[in-house]
Amino acid sequence: MTSITTVPAIELTNVTREFQVGSQLVKALDGVSLTIQPGEMVAIIGPSGSGKSTLMNTLGCLDTPTSGSFYLNGHDVSGLSDNQLAETRSHQLGFVFQSYNLLPRETALSNVELPLKYSGGYSGKDRRSAARTALDRVGLSHRYDHKPVQMSGGEQQRVGIARALVKNPELILADEPTGNLDTKSSAEVIEMLRSLNEIDGKTVVVVTHDPEVAEATKRIIAFRDGQIVEDRAVVKPSAPKTEATVETQPDSESEISE
Amino acid sequence: MNFGILFATALGSVGANKLRAGLTLLGIVIGVSSVIAMMAVGRGAQVSVTSRISDLGTDLITVRPGNQALRFAFFGGGGNSDVLSFEDALALKDAVFTPDVRLVAPENSFSGSAVVGGENTFVSGVGVTAEYIDARNLTIASGRNISNADVQNTALVAVLGSQISESLFGNRDPVGATAKISGRQFTIVGVLESQQGTIFNPDNSVLVPITTAHYRVNGGKGLLDSIAVSSINILATSEKTVESARASIATVLRLRHELTADDDDDFLITTQQDTIETLEGTQGTFVILLGSIAGISLLVGGIGVMNIMLVSVTERTREIGIRRAVGAKRRDILFQFVTEAVLMTFGGGVLGVLAGWAIAYFGNGATVDGDIIETVIETHIAVIALAVSVAVGLFFGIYPAVRAASLNPIEALRHE
Repeated sequence: MTSITTVPAIELTNVTREFQVGSQLVKALDGVSLTIQPGEMVAIIGPSGSGKSTLMNTLGCLDTPTSGSFYLNGHDVSGLSDNQLAETRSHQLGFVFQSYNLLPRETALSNVELPLKYSGGYSGKDRRSAARTALDRVGLSHRYDHKPVQMSGGEQQRVGIARALVKNPELILADEPTGNLDTKSSAEVIEMLRSLNEIDGKTVVVVTHDPEVAEATKRIIAFRDGQIVEDRAVVKPSAPKTEATVETQPDSESEISE
Repeated sequence: MNFGILFATALGSVGANKLRAGLTLLGIVIGVSSVIAMMAVGRGAQVSVTSRISDLGTDLITVRPGNQALRFAFFGGGGNSDVLSFEDALALKDAVFTPDVRLVAPENSFSGSAVVGGENTFVSGVGVTAEYIDARNLTIASGRNISNADVQNTALVAVLGSQISESLFGNRDPVGATAKISGRQFTIVGVLESQQGTIFNPDNSVLVPITTAHYRVNGGKGLLDSIAVSSINILATSEKTVESARASIATVLRLRHELTADDDDDFLITTQQDTIETLEGTQGTFVILLGSIAGISLLVGGIGVMNIMLVSVTERTREIGIRRAVGAKRRDILFQFVTEAVLMTFGGGVLGVLAGWAIAYFGNGATVDGDIIETVIETHIAVIALAVSVAVGLFFGIYPAVRAASLNPIEALRHE
């Protein structure tokens, strides 16, 4: 369901994000302008400290730019209040994290239900049925009642994807989704994200260190020192090889913090 | 996030660490149960004192000699203790001047020992007239009362309190027997029914004619009319006429004692209502004191809750980040943590009410140092204690919850 509307999914104009680190002012994002159309699948790459995580936080409405404008599905989110940002996260975004970030005490089903609990308007029955549908979509029909510790890393990450999907958002943001996974699980997760993009028409943005993951997307945007240094289309997106030894070293996240 | 989900989430979080929740709860349980138990004991004491006084009859008025101002000045000093005479007492039963007085019973007192064979016991002797037992609401268990003829004849007859009778005669009926009381040989003519549990316990008393007490035991002199009485017991015609009886008694005594308008009363009139009010006042302070001590333990319990909630917020920083990332608002996080705190304190409150109730229930009638503890369980105290435990949860839960809600989601997600 590739959208035919002309409204971009993401439109950043001259976005700057500054942090005060001691007496030093650090520009994590330095005049970034970027447009992502609905239905795109984009990889954001770059070394640690390049600003890609800050970009992800901004796109995820967890952080607001110091200056510049950010339109999400045509709505200006740069000036929204904390509550409005929470609403936006709830309704328009799905997050996939490097370390899955599942609630350890809850079952897969319950974890996937979580976003619905914060958005209101769902009965307990609706929530469970939506969560089951999302888990079915990521191929975990047999894991509804398993807790995170009872599942493999790949399965946990698929629960994470199901959670991102459960409210059927247009945009999926994945931050190093394969960072903690072995090659086989990485390939499965990337395939899953590709299929969400290809089949379900979701806009998918993946932050990654892994060149193979990046090559599996349709467009690669490279960051360095808070600026875009490369923005290219991938001519022939390739499914990651399951046999190849893929470097899955986690992003050390030594990035500038507030 | 609606309340049902909020409640289920909070319950899940509290239940996830049962030992910790239980220990935290325990502080509240102890606080609330001690409030309930303490208040039950305090109120029990209050109610039992009041009922014992009421048992004597709410129409009882007591007149004692002594100047009220002097009493205060000398901290209970008796003032002029010879100021009430037998004649004063007789004058208080007058159809014209004191129409509201139904009965007058003067008394005086002595103390000494009573001996029967080898048995020896201390007695508190009361010199009385025939009216005394009615005024004091006493009953003759066996034999007869002191009669007015006994008073006229300065007879050496005595009515024994049940405890005295038992120590001197065991289970035998002492009526007709003799006993040496304060050195005089008395014939026992009656025994009083036990009044155990009433405030003026007559079980250790010996009643003798007032004249006998004055002339033959205390070695007093003078005419009958002039003999001193230590107190006059008066019954009003009804509970409603107590105040007017009090006024007319004061008028008659002031006239008889030739007091001018500038003089203070040289006697003190006490009604049962006065006594009840005074005692209830004292007991009220006692109840508040007990309640405050128990309240402090509730406060300590509350601090325990706050402590655990702060630890919990730190431990669950990442969880908070996850919830925020998937759409939780600050207030969702705030409510979740406040609900957890309130859930713990309310749970503790419920258990505390049950425990306090059990303590009060099973403690009722227990004896401590010879005193019977009575407890009165009041529903409104339980409701208040529950409300306070919820308030404690809110109060001590707010700060940790605000800290949880104000965490930056990005930082929280990065938290290990």
